[in-house]
Amino acid sequence: MSILRFELSADQEFFRETTDRFLTENAPMAELRRLRDDPVGFRDDYWVRGGDLGWTSVLVSEDLGGGTIGGLGLVDLTLVAHEFGRHAAPGPLAATNVVAATLGEVGTEAQTALLKDLLAGQSIATWCFAEPPPNGGLGAVALDVRLDLEEVVLNGVKRPVESAGQADHLLVTGRTDTGLTQVLVPRATPGISVTPMHTVDLTRRFSVVSFDNVRLPATAVVGEVGQAELQVERQLQRAIVVVNAEAVGAMQAAFDMTVEWAFDRYSFGRPLASYQALKHRFADMKAWLEASHGINDEAAEAVALGSPDAAELVSAAKAFIGQFGGELLQDCVQLHGGIGVTFEHDLHLLLRRHTVNRALYGTPADHRQRLTDLIEQQEHAA
Amino acid sequence: MSVDELDELEDVEAFRHRAQVWIHQNLPPVGPLNIALGAVLSDEDELASVARDRQLQRMFFDAGLAGICMPREYGGQGLTLAHQEALNEELAGYEYPMRLQVPTFTPCASVLLDFGTDEQKRRHIPAILKGEEIWMQVLSEPSGGSDVAAALTTAVRDGDEWILNGSKVWTTGAWWSDWGLCLARTNWDVPKHRGLTVFMLPIHREGVEVHRIEMLNGNREFCQEYLTDVRVPDGDRIGEVNDGWTVGTRWMFHERMLYNSPLVTVPTGTTRGGDGGASLLDIARDAGRLQDPVARDLIGEARTMDLVDDALRQRISQGIVTGATSDQASAVVRLFGGSVSARRTTIAFELAGGAGAAWTDDDGEAAERGSDFLMRQISCIGGGTTEMARNVISERVLGMPRELSLDRDVAFRDVPRSPSST
Repeated sequence: MSILRFELSADQEFFRETTDRFLTENAPMAELRRLRDDPVGFRDDYWVRGGDLGWTSVLVSEDLGGGTIGGLGLVDLTLVAHEFGRHAAPGPLAATNVVAATLGEVGTEAQTALLKDLLAGQSIATWCFAEPPPNGGLGAVALDVRLDLEEVVLNGVKRPVESAGQADHLLVTGRTDTGLTQVLVPRATPGISVTPMHTVDLTRRFSVVSFDNVRLPATAVVGEVGQAELQVERQLQRAIVVVNAEAVGAMQAAFDMTVEWAFDRYSFGRPLASYQALKHRFADMKAWLEASHGINDEAAEAVALGSPDAAELVSAAKAFIGQFGGELLQDCVQLHGGIGVTFEHDLHLLLRRHTVNRALYGTPADHRQRLTDLIEQQEHAA
Repeated sequence: MSVDELDELEDVEAFRHRAQVWIHQNLPPVGPLNIALGAVLSDEDELASVARDRQLQRMFFDAGLAGICMPREYGGQGLTLAHQEALNEELAGYEYPMRLQVPTFTPCASVLLDFGTDEQKRRHIPAILKGEEIWMQVLSEPSGGSDVAAALTTAVRDGDEWILNGSKVWTTGAWWSDWGLCLARTNWDVPKHRGLTVFMLPIHREGVEVHRIEMLNGNREFCQEYLTDVRVPDGDRIGEVNDGWTVGTRWMFHERMLYNSPLVTVPTGTTRGGDGGASLLDIARDAGRLQDPVARDLIGEARTMDLVDDALRQRISQGIVTGATSDQASAVVRLFGGSVSARRTTIAFELAGGAGAAWTDDDGEAAERGSDFLMRQISCIGGGTTEMARNVISERVLGMPRELSLDRDVAFRDVPRSPSST
């Protein structure tokens, strides 16, 4: 049995269940296999119908057309993300929500006007954050934003950027000489080139996005010039909570599938589930799974409430779920035997989703380093 | 205060405020706490520390902060897990009666609350809450660790009394404790689970001989008892005769809950590692490795595991309290906590570098990590092995087939107990 958060309200359960039902009907695993060569990774109406279900609304306030289900929008979003993970569902869930939240919080009137289409699923926006080496470290930003009278000029490269090929707008995190600065860029702006990348996920699409003297009016800046550090940190925390919730959903589905397999598969006249050597591995996996649920639920709540320990919990969740979730999924493959590494079996769809999310927004090792930095900062503050 | 006001539950935030004020006025701040098993103390220090814990417990009782989730008729506060959590949070960084939490509050007082008669609870629960009675588990035997239902200690009825004979082992601090919960065999002619009974046993009664066990690091907190014709009144029996396994099953559950139990007070942020509470930063710094990226990765890993361990405890605790998950899920907490603690001990040893092998008095926190490492597995053994926890998770939580047992339907007297008995 899949135990999500224990204290879901009836409204939250309805919210989760409608997405579960929708994905079961519209994104079955067989359909995901068909989409592997599709340049977009999902059908046009899929994201619009997801918009109707509230996939992109919960981080935006009611007066801007959004609204939470249970009071904490990010916690609501983890319910959808968990289902995305269980179904290995297509669609730029983390990226679009992160951009919507930021536009709602610090966007100009012209920028918040874009939320209507974004929330309805009619338009897609994505976040350009990570950069290639030598600026590939977590949080390293070198993309140059230069102020030129009433204009800003962008130069640099971002990768991987999710759904850049489908996005109408890009939220670009760059740097002026005074600090981090974010700019909302229409993708069709001259000077932008989008090059598709290869990836392990069947339906997620990533690109390299290059900015070569991309020139925009200064009104394209989101928030204050040079003052975006806190907002970028918030974006990072939100994105991680969402990809973690997906990763935990993928772990849950793979675990449930493998437990069922252990009962149904007989060897030497007994079910696999009767062998103590295997039972003990299931016990370890169960502990990792419950621990992953626990830490990400706690991180989601801390980020939603803006608690002082949010950064620490988020990094612990990312480090743990990445490392132990990877072990869990590979152990599920091992317990399936040869069938577990075939394209025909569903297991790899979940393994793919977890694998991609593990490496996005900082690897487990990146987050372990970040945790040590945070402990040192706490020590100095004390 | 009117009866109505009494019946109304104290608001959590009001309770928190009351606790906070009292704590600040009455408890000295201390550094990060550690509740690892197996620390080495001199007898003198240990007794002083026990006496201080009794005194602290009495202070908590007088302040209305003892037994938060215990019923009022037995001296508790009759409040909720949320209140207990608030107290734990407010206690972070302050002294608290560490030695009285486990095993006195859980599993012992918890078992008394579940199965004791009204008279038994009135006699013992208030005394426990006042720090007057420290309890221990008289459970394991030299002949079997994990197979606790195979107890050989025997109780024979003699009028209104029972006469106990046998030996028990791994009792923590028996030499300074007052009472024990004792599992004994009362019928040898039925399968093992059906011939057991639980008794309350005063440790310092005639016929109880307490021997102390020296652990490999010099710790002498564990004991072995030899019971010779110990007389226990029938009124000190817990539960029905030969129904001790019903009691025992709950007993094991409460034992697995440990610091996760709603009946236990433990400051938030208390570590459970084997490094005596030393910060891993301090160990790395004293070993001259704080800027080493490998060391920083290990410190980050330990922090990750601590935070995840806390989150898992909260999740499972909440699941059990709300009934969303079975009591057996406490084995998940036990398994994970034991593994995390062992890993943390390894990390501390690794950070110490060469000082892990040989150290001087000038090595600061890097000293002694080798000794901790020798005791590493205690976190996966004490309180039920992690192997048993894995059995419970796979069989009771995931519903997988039980291990084959050769003693299930056999009179205990006929069960093989050594190679020579087959």
